[in-house]
Amino acid sequence: MSDRIIQTDNFSHYFGAIQTLKNINLEVRRNEILGIIGPAGSGKSTFLRALNRLNDLTYGSRIEGTIKIDGQDIYAPGTSIVELRRKLGMVFATPIPLPRSIYENVAFGAKMAGIKSKSELNELVTDCLVKTTLFEEVKDRLDSSATKLSGGQQQRLCIARILALKPEFILLDEPCSGLDPISTMKIEESLRQLKNEYTIILVTNNTKQAARVADRTAFFLNGELIEIGQTEKIFTTPADQRTNDYISGRFG
Amino acid sequence: MTRLERNERLIKIALFVIACSAVSILAVITIFIFSEGTPIMFKYGLRSFLLGLDWYPSEQSFGLLPMIIGSVMVTFGSLLVGVPFGLACAIFLTEFSSRRLRHILKPIIELLAGIPSVVYGFIGVVILVPFIRETLGGPGLSVLAASIILGIMILPTIISISIDSLQAVPRSYREGSIALGATKWQTTKMVILPAAKSGIIASIILGMGRAIGETMAVIMIAGNAINIPRSVLDPVRTLTSNIALEMGYASGEHRQALFATGVILFIIIMILNTIANATSVKGKAAK
Repeated sequence: MSDRIIQTDNFSHYFGAIQTLKNINLEVRRNEILGIIGPAGSGKSTFLRALNRLNDLTYGSRIEGTIKIDGQDIYAPGTSIVELRRKLGMVFATPIPLPRSIYENVAFGAKMAGIKSKSELNELVTDCLVKTTLFEEVKDRLDSSATKLSGGQQQRLCIARILALKPEFILLDEPCSGLDPISTMKIEESLRQLKNEYTIILVTNNTKQAARVADRTAFFLNGELIEIGQTEKIFTTPADQRTNDYISGRFG
Repeated sequence: MTRLERNERLIKIALFVIACSAVSILAVITIFIFSEGTPIMFKYGLRSFLLGLDWYPSEQSFGLLPMIIGSVMVTFGSLLVGVPFGLACAIFLTEFSSRRLRHILKPIIELLAGIPSVVYGFIGVVILVPFIRETLGGPGLSVLAASIILGIMILPTIISISIDSLQAVPRSYREGSIALGATKWQTTKMVILPAAKSGIIASIILGMGRAIGETMAVIMIAGNAINIPRSVLDPVRTLTSNIALEMGYASGEHRQALFATGVILFIIIMILNTIANATSVKGKAAK
């Protein structure tokens, strides 16, 4: 099996007449954390949402080029979008627990996928909460509403919810943008552990976060991929002047 | 005080007077109906009004039970027709149709509300009543016919308020569920409908208020016989029909008894509206 499990080929994306991504060519490797950085409006979130075809929900969304995951073109006709989305679990900037209990939130995806056995669900929910270090904090109130958790706990719950789908990839869209440093640290810690089992793509506004956790980092600007490479290289000796300007805080 | 400020004050007072007059009209109507209707209720006893089976105004027999049951049956019948139909329409238009189709269909559905009720009644008499008479038997003028026509008449209320509450569900709920690999139907069933529940209940109660208050169409197709129907194919008289049919020639205690009918109708509708307001306020507070 190849190491390059996501491969995009001249991928462009449009919302109506506006081009949001321009000829993106990049690959994602197995069990790495790929950090994607760039200023607001650079297309990094759009790129992430193109991978699980969430942009399809927006009126006027259109693409050119291809994205291949495990060699399969995900925009090819006949692709099962539901299966694709289960394979690529997504975590959003604002944690969005569904208006249900903690337990139900984690079990939701698994139930959608048709798991009915109560003991199997219990085991799965516990396992996912343990992996995100949330279990100890919530084990006594699994039946209380998920919306009552703190922001950081909600975000870890959203990651746990993704894990219950047994995905191959975890897509994170600025997962720590609304969180305090301690919660952020906890999430980064669990990402480092999750890397052993999953391939992770982390879109972040916080360049330091990419420097801390990403193996490789990509820099997006105005819908273009400016540069991608090993994180140390991007942050120490970037090839492009614009990357250097961005990470040293000269704009963005 | 400058001239502009003086004008502002005048405008404020003028608008206040106009707003008060709208409210006072409601107050006048309420007082009038109750002052005309309640004395006779107390004279013959509330019990004989609410539970009496015989309506012979000329013989001082004012039993409204058949009409109360008639109104309840026709109203619930209309909900059985209108709610599944309307909710399905609303779900289709918000969750499954393309934006263009929604922009075309929603105004058309709202146009249904603009058709005069006598036209609905006319269509009922000409098409639905003979159809029921020939296929299912009975006189055709029946609970069933009235329920179907009223069910169609409450569709615009149910559909447009349900659409509003479905659209008010945050986009992030939808995306969150879809990104978890749920299908659109699973998302609708497990996330959207529970979140929009209070608005949908409010739409049903408002539709119910419309159905219970409808008069013209019901007179034309319900048959208006004063008895408690044994099946949905029997004719029935509602509270509203009772007032409209007899007000023209009623006098004395008969006339007062019709006002008493109005009092009962008024109270039922007030209760429904209060429930509707309470559920929608509760829904807003929860968000």
